[in-house]
Amino acid sequence: MEKQISNFIRALRSADVRVSTGEALDAARTLAMIGYDDRSLMKDSLGCVLAKSESEKSIHDRLFDLYFSSAPASASSSSNESESRTNSDEAPADAAERLSALTAEGNEQALATAVERAAEAAGLNDIRFSTQVAYFAQSMLRAMGGEALQARLLEALQGRTPDADTEAQRLIDVRRALTRATRERAERGFEIFGAAETERFRDDVAATKRLSAIEASDMARMKQLVAKVAKKLAVKHSRRRKRTQRGMLDVRRTMRANAGFDGVPFNVVWRQKKKDRPKILVICDVSGSVAAYVRFLLLLLFSMKEAIPDLSAFAFSYRLKCVDDILETHEFDAAIKKILREIGLGSTSYGQAFSDFKMDHENKIDRRTTIIILGDGRSNYGDPRLDLFRDFAGRAKRIIWLNPEGRALWGTGDSVIPRYQPFCAQMSHVATLKDLERAVDEVLTAYD
Amino acid sequence: MAKDKKTGYEPMTSIEAISAGLGTAGYISTTQISTAVFLAHGLRKPILIEGPAGVGKTDLAASLAKWMSLPLIRLQCYEGLDEGKALYEWKYGKQLLYTQILKEKLSELLGDAKTLAASLDKLSGFEDLFFSPQFLEARPLLNAMQQSKGSVLLIDEIDKSDEAFEAFLLEVLSDYQVSVPEIGTIRADVPPLVILTSNNVRELGDALKRRCLHLHIGFPDHAREQRIVRARVEGISDTLLNQLVRFVQSVREADIKKRPSIAETVDWARTLLLLHSSTLDEAFVRDTLNVLLKHESDIAAIAPAIPKMVREATGPDARGRLASGYPDMD
Repeated sequence: MEKQISNFIRALRSADVRVSTGEALDAARTLAMIGYDDRSLMKDSLGCVLAKSESEKSIHDRLFDLYFSSAPASASSSSNESESRTNSDEAPADAAERLSALTAEGNEQALATAVERAAEAAGLNDIRFSTQVAYFAQSMLRAMGGEALQARLLEALQGRTPDADTEAQRLIDVRRALTRATRERAERGFEIFGAAETERFRDDVAATKRLSAIEASDMARMKQLVAKVAKKLAVKHSRRRKRTQRGMLDVRRTMRANAGFDGVPFNVVWRQKKKDRPKILVICDVSGSVAAYVRFLLLLLFSMKEAIPDLSAFAFSYRLKCVDDILETHEFDAAIKKILREIGLGSTSYGQAFSDFKMDHENKIDRRTTIIILGDGRSNYGDPRLDLFRDFAGRAKRIIWLNPEGRALWGTGDSVIPRYQPFCAQMSHVATLKDLERAVDEVLTAYD
Repeated sequence: MAKDKKTGYEPMTSIEAISAGLGTAGYISTTQISTAVFLAHGLRKPILIEGPAGVGKTDLAASLAKWMSLPLIRLQCYEGLDEGKALYEWKYGKQLLYTQILKEKLSELLGDAKTLAASLDKLSGFEDLFFSPQFLEARPLLNAMQQSKGSVLLIDEIDKSDEAFEAFLLEVLSDYQVSVPEIGTIRADVPPLVILTSNNVRELGDALKRRCLHLHIGFPDHAREQRIVRARVEGISDTLLNQLVRFVQSVREADIKKRPSIAETVDWARTLLLLHSSTLDEAFVRDTLNVLLKHESDIAAIAPAIPKMVREATGPDARGRLASGYPDMD
């Protein structure tokens, strides 16, 4: 049973639930306390000890049901080990008889036990991808003595024994039953140990795919991914808001700390500087070519509200408009649609957008503001209003420009990107979710 | 388990015993909650409880203390909470006062010493006098360690404290000991039963989570909520109880900012009882909705649906629910 638990913990780990060695030990102690008899008690208890958040708990519960649905069989396996052992020197005929006995009616328990042992022998716990199911089912069948059965079957088909036909038919049925059992077990093994791995692999693929090429069918996955990224960044950056600044004495706290020494300052407390809270203004070009990226950038930023308490978004193609209201009052997808419909018309003009921003929202820029601009910088040959842009750059903490266009295209045609570049702290090409993550991480790191 | 004799922990022999025991303290438990308590006791680990506000996280600690007749020691966390307020402080005033009072004694004692070195020599035997437990102001954590019969230590809203404090808690929670440099390490004879609560204002560190058992308490289902309200509100009629719980349950399904928790259900039940309403009716609901919902926008969102919700809560279907709810209400 100990092995069962350690395997179960392995399954949890492969499904992204981080279980430490200490927690594994706790799990063992827990089971020693409560025993193995009551399944639901076991589930509650292990959930308490091993899963440390709500999402981990739901993963735990799902895996528990999958994993322990076969537990009784293997629990009893140790007791009747001798009878189900596969002897390598067992005569083929005996092996075939043993297997056909297993598939006989009323012997489900013994069959399950044998399958469980075969799964162990075939190393089913190492299964990673669904394509391996057939392979592992085969290995399990072999471990159960399938070759002997096959040999008997061939013999029977060649008709060397009396009643060859019925015998062959019987053996085929046995083989079919065994194949089904091993296959089912292999599939469950994949669910437990491999499914999470496959998911991770697909997540990786999605994260490195060009955002403009994401298909509708992958949208749900992308949303989950963005949520994951947002959480990771938020955790990373919402920590440590203070920094000791050596060199400046905090008189009040020093006196308090040394009251016990009659005011003689043995322990000196230095003044701490509270770090700035990130304040971010996002200005998005919502013309056709950039729209796909706007969606993910906004989704990412707005799912990080806890790390970025001060966040405003503006969208423009010709005129610029604040879209905070739309994002707050509508469900995210609907909000994006509405923004694209309302603002995404008209020919793009960066100059006009910047002058709108200057008119209506200039007071939102202060020295702790990071301005993120998402756009390709194609301004239809209009005035880029570099004077305004320089002014923004001077007042804000920094300006980060994210460009969905590849570097090779910067400055070609009506792109005025190179002219804005000197004023930006950073100008980078974003194509995938990973790029977005890096860019936002970078922005927030500047506040740490 | 000889140790358990003096801890007053004996009642925790099984999960059923815990549920029953909590019941006597007025806390309607679930299997999950009782299991967590059972394990916390058996493994000597703290429980970290997460869940929405007002579902009985803090109350669990209070009821446990009440049931086991152990002192409840509560530490409310907030930003800026530090060791001085959580662990111990020296009673500086008292130390000063004693120095003044003992001044004469001191000069008597030092009377015949001529040089500074000689005085120091004489005093050296007394130096620990002023840094002794007598002058130690025990704050909640130290206090909990010092209880000879054990205690229930409630560290409330740990997510509101700073990260530094969270790290500082690790020693206390894993070894049940605190170190005071002047005195030494103080170890709890009987480890307190520690309960931490969190509203998820910020994500807690992995190190802390790993040291705790994790328990999530969500909104209760219909039957459990009925039992809770019945336990908390005396003299409420079955009809009203059933209708009001059904109403609250349906409000929770609506898309609102802050979903009403058990605390609000109980408050509302008390309000309705005070107004002598024996059944739920539209006008009453409209007048008292502010007890249940704490945001203007939520009230506005629910208001149009009131007639329908009241109809559903008082409808014939409600009777069926009531009947099926009975077996649980032992």
